[in-house]
Amino acid sequence: MYDFEYHKPGAIDDAVKALGADAEAKALAGGMTFIPVLKQRLAKPSAVVDLAGLGLTGIRREGNALVIKAMTTHREVAMSSEVASAIPALATLAGNIGDRQVRYRGTIGGSLANNDPSACYPSAVLALGATIVTSRRRIAAADYFQGMFTTALEPDELITEVSFPIPEKAAYAKFPNPASRYAMVGVFVAKTAEGARVAVTGAGNDGVFRHAAMEAALDQSFTADALKDVTTPESLMNGDIHAGTAYRAHLVGVMARRAVMACK
Amino acid sequence: MNDLSNPVIIKGGIGDSPKRTEDHRFLSGKGRYTDDINRPGQAYAYFKRSDVAHGVIKSIDTAAAAAMPGVVAIYTGEDIAKAGIGGVPCGWQLHSKDGSPMVEPPHPILAQGKVRYVGDAIAMVIAETTEQAKDAAEALVIDIESLPAVSEMRAATAPGAALVHDAAAGNICFDWHIGDKAAVDAAFATAFKVARIDVVNNRLIPNPMEPRAAIGDFDQSSGEHTLYTTSQNPHVIRLLMGAFVLQIPEHKLRVVAPDVGGGFGAKIFHYIEEAAVTWAAAQINRPVKWTCGRGEAFITDAHGRDHITHAELALAEDGKFLGLRVNTMANMGAYLSTFAPSVPTYLSATLLAGVYTTPAIYGEVKAVFTNTVPVDAYRGAGRPETTFLLERLVDVAAKEMGMDRVAIRRRNFIPIDAYPYQTPVALMYDSGNHEATLARCMEIADWNGFEARRAAAAKRGKLRGIGMSTYLEACGIAPSAVAGALGARAGLYEVANVRVHPTGSVTVFTGTHSHGQGHETTFAQLVADQLGVPFESVEVVHGDTAKIPFGMGTYGSRSLAVGGSAMVKAMDKIIAKGKKIAAHLMEAAVDDIEFKDGKFTVAGTDKSKSFAEIAITAYVPHNYPIEEVEPGLDETAFYDPKNFTFPGGCHICEVEIDPDTGVVQLIGFTAVDDIGRVINPMIVHGQVHGGVTQGIGQALLEHAIYDETGQLLSGSLMDYTMPRADNVVNIHVGTESTLCTHNPLGAKGVGEVGAIGSPPAVINAVVDALRDYGVSHIDMPATPQKIWSIINAGAPRMAAE
Ligand SMILES: Cc1cc2nc3c(=O)[nH]c(=O)nc-3n(C[C@H](O)[C@H](O)[C@H](O)COP(=O)(O)OP(=O)(O)OC[C@H]3O[C@@H](n4cnc5c(N)ncnc54)[C@H](O)[C@@H]3O)c2cc1C
Repeated sequence: MYDFEYHKPGAIDDAVKALGADAEAKALAGGMTFIPVLKQRLAKPSAVVDLAGLGLTGIRREGNALVIKAMTTHREVAMSSEVASAIPALATLAGNIGDRQVRYRGTIGGSLANNDPSACYPSAVLALGATIVTSRRRIAAADYFQGMFTTALEPDELITEVSFPIPEKAAYAKFPNPASRYAMVGVFVAKTAEGARVAVTGAGNDGVFRHAAMEAALDQSFTADALKDVTTPESLMNGDIHAGTAYRAHLVGVMARRAVMACK
Repeated sequence: MNDLSNPVIIKGGIGDSPKRTEDHRFLSGKGRYTDDINRPGQAYAYFKRSDVAHGVIKSIDTAAAAAMPGVVAIYTGEDIAKAGIGGVPCGWQLHSKDGSPMVEPPHPILAQGKVRYVGDAIAMVIAETTEQAKDAAEALVIDIESLPAVSEMRAATAPGAALVHDAAAGNICFDWHIGDKAAVDAAFATAFKVARIDVVNNRLIPNPMEPRAAIGDFDQSSGEHTLYTTSQNPHVIRLLMGAFVLQIPEHKLRVVAPDVGGGFGAKIFHYIEEAAVTWAAAQINRPVKWTCGRGEAFITDAHGRDHITHAELALAEDGKFLGLRVNTMANMGAYLSTFAPSVPTYLSATLLAGVYTTPAIYGEVKAVFTNTVPVDAYRGAGRPETTFLLERLVDVAAKEMGMDRVAIRRRNFIPIDAYPYQTPVALMYDSGNHEATLARCMEIADWNGFEARRAAAAKRGKLRGIGMSTYLEACGIAPSAVAGALGARAGLYEVANVRVHPTGSVTVFTGTHSHGQGHETTFAQLVADQLGVPFESVEVVHGDTAKIPFGMGTYGSRSLAVGGSAMVKAMDKIIAKGKKIAAHLMEAAVDDIEFKDGKFTVAGTDKSKSFAEIAITAYVPHNYPIEEVEPGLDETAFYDPKNFTFPGGCHICEVEIDPDTGVVQLIGFTAVDDIGRVINPMIVHGQVHGGVTQGIGQALLEHAIYDETGQLLSGSLMDYTMPRADNVVNIHVGTESTLCTHNPLGAKGVGEVGAIGSPPAVINAVVDALRDYGVSHIDMPATPQKIWSIINAGAPRMAAE
């Protein structure tokens, strides 16, 4: 990796200032994505601002919402009894991210800031209509994701926590990429106060998206059968050496039905 | 010496399973790998590599890079040419059908004139730190004019294709054949039916856990060069690099291969980086270290397999195989790696008889240059390719004939009383019992109960299949005269030096090398058993040309069959000498001395001397037959095998397919192998587990994919699917041994059988699971996408169809 300055501020304001003062500075959370990028010399930040000292870990219940702070690791989410009782689907999702090492280090904030098109969390955030709370504002999920690796975040804006409205029931079904174990297709299905929600990650050629046709079908009848004839346009799909667009489109249907059946 | 046929297992001896001695240090982080070695004053090398698959090097401007902080030296292909340094050599020469030698283009240690694959080294930057070397490499100004590239063999052999080497017309390295074409044509003329198959043996990337590394060191006072390297065969590297590349005589070149974290073939070959750091260390008079990155390993470690084959099998009405015709294209990559030409030919086509009595066989192999990483031996080297082809073809033939898959195999097995069996493709098999391994494997896997399990799976909406492979391979390479006649440029004997110390402990110096196989344990057992000394008092040393007289290293499952045999020979000499000393001490005739269980005894008496007593006498020769016998107890033996060894067996795999996703789940895997004498059953099981896992990886997961411009698309572990624990099942391992008839141990070899026998068993099971979909073949890897496409393309045919 290239040389850089290393900062470990103790307050969010200081972290934001450090990022604002230097356009080439970057935040570091669990480092599961960022450090490999540095090691491969794919990024050349002048400074790295470590978020580990900001006290940004923890999970709490706030009325009808589950709030997870940005630096909470995937393992903490997977093991949390708070999460298990409020949104068990989220615990399952976190518990199946990557491998053990990744789950011990990787964070929800890092995952959402990165918005990898095959990351798992974006589908939960979008399907549940979560709110991304940052160092300066609250961003609705619908406004937050802006295509592959692109979000509404400003360069000096930090995610501090994520607030998930608790659904009636939900589930996440993931078809892992056989090599990376990221989602090749991941579908998060939820029955919420606003109706059925289906968000698809891993499959789309523009990142995470909501599946309107499936939502409509599930609003009619929240059963796997209701999705039997709902197709997914291949033109929306991403294709790579592991799965072409037709196969991905097919898997979206399979994973959605499995998620509906697993909803609790 | 203990009788090898003695069924009594001595603690720590042959047949016992002591835990692996070496694992103490491996599991506690105390292994000493090449990258753990640091020499005083060491500088660091980084190789600037081509990111285009094919191009002309117009210019390289090193000025800015040379001025960067910490830079010690920068070398390009031009410097190498000026220094008169040769290319890395190929260790095997083949001749085409017309008698002409293979096209053998030079493989310079830094590219000269042209780059030929993504990863081809253009310049070596040496600096005080690796990061500084990388920084400077970014400042190199390199002008490369891209040329059209060929990455796939059909494209490379199409008319008008870009030429990787001007000397190789049509990108053909050689066009070789074996067998009797006329006899095969005659057999086909009488065939009742012909079974045909086209198979691709998928290209693989070995990925040993430890990436390669090399340190060059030079002692100005003695003029001695030392290379520390991640090699499976340090003496071979010393020979190839010393004699052919750098012209350093053996007495001035030491090659050390310390702990090596897996090789699987990829660490057999002499790589350019080894020569580059050795040479550069002498240029700058400082040690130079290079450590390969994981991403770099993907584009520089020799890849494996990559064959395309069309085969036809002529069958008689009773299912007997009459003739086999095979046509293969084998990818060599951009340059000939050390053993590349031998893999598709003498290590592959010579096994086309398999375990069957096919009387007429003809095989043709075209080796093709492409703009890809060089391809060479990878666990199994040639035998997995042939085994996959044959065992798939036999299943296709069974279907064609309407015969049972087991029955057609049994009808064609080489019967046990036909051994030794001369095949029509050069090899003479010494031993084997195919019925025994088949029957045992079928029993453990409950082959006959399968249809009930399939029906039960169908009720759960799953497609269940079972497949087998009955295979045989040739390893224990190799009789030097035979190998030489077939084109090997080296002998393939092995060397052991058994040093008995004054107090009776023993150090064995072996020319083989252990990089995961557990030799420190297995060989110690062998020595303990034969000399009757405790297992704990035997030390095994390998991997240093300064310590070990000579050796050819470890590959081709040769270490026990060839290296172990050399040890037996050396121990025979120790025992013979010990008898003379014992005879003197006990005032008996030498012929009356018997050696057993660590004791020299005067036959028919209770007079005896322990091994330790003889050892101390040999080193403190006060009362000693000094006129006839030299002091000391230290013997060296070279063992040249009389033939290849022929392990074989039966593998059975059972799978379930989820028709919604195309995912193949392994349900069971059983391997019953005939590997000859087993020294340590636990290690044998481990070798089979590892090999089968690699075979499952090849069958279901792994695939090195290039795009048409020669970029490697599966260039990291994020895209290249290595098998993991959850991709495999518990593997049932059994052995059903016949002994090798021509080496003193009766050992055949176990290092590769798992990877050789398993892929067709897996694919035969997958094809069987899809039997209602009218498929007769699926290329590896059988990914979910491929299987889903088959399922999606056609609803199941009715059974009546
Ligand atoms: C082998 C492997 C397998 C994986 N598998 C999966 C998987 O199956 N599913 C899945 O979803 N993910 C997977 N991941 C990704 C994993 O979830 C990482 O945790 C995630 O990519 C990034 O989180 P991090 O905490 O490591 O962030 P980092 O790598 O530290 O940072 C990532 C990016 O986010 C920025 N950032 C971090 N935190 C904040 C913040 N609070 N505010 C603003 N910006 C911030 C950083 O500046 C950086 O640009 C995998 C990763 C690996 C290495």
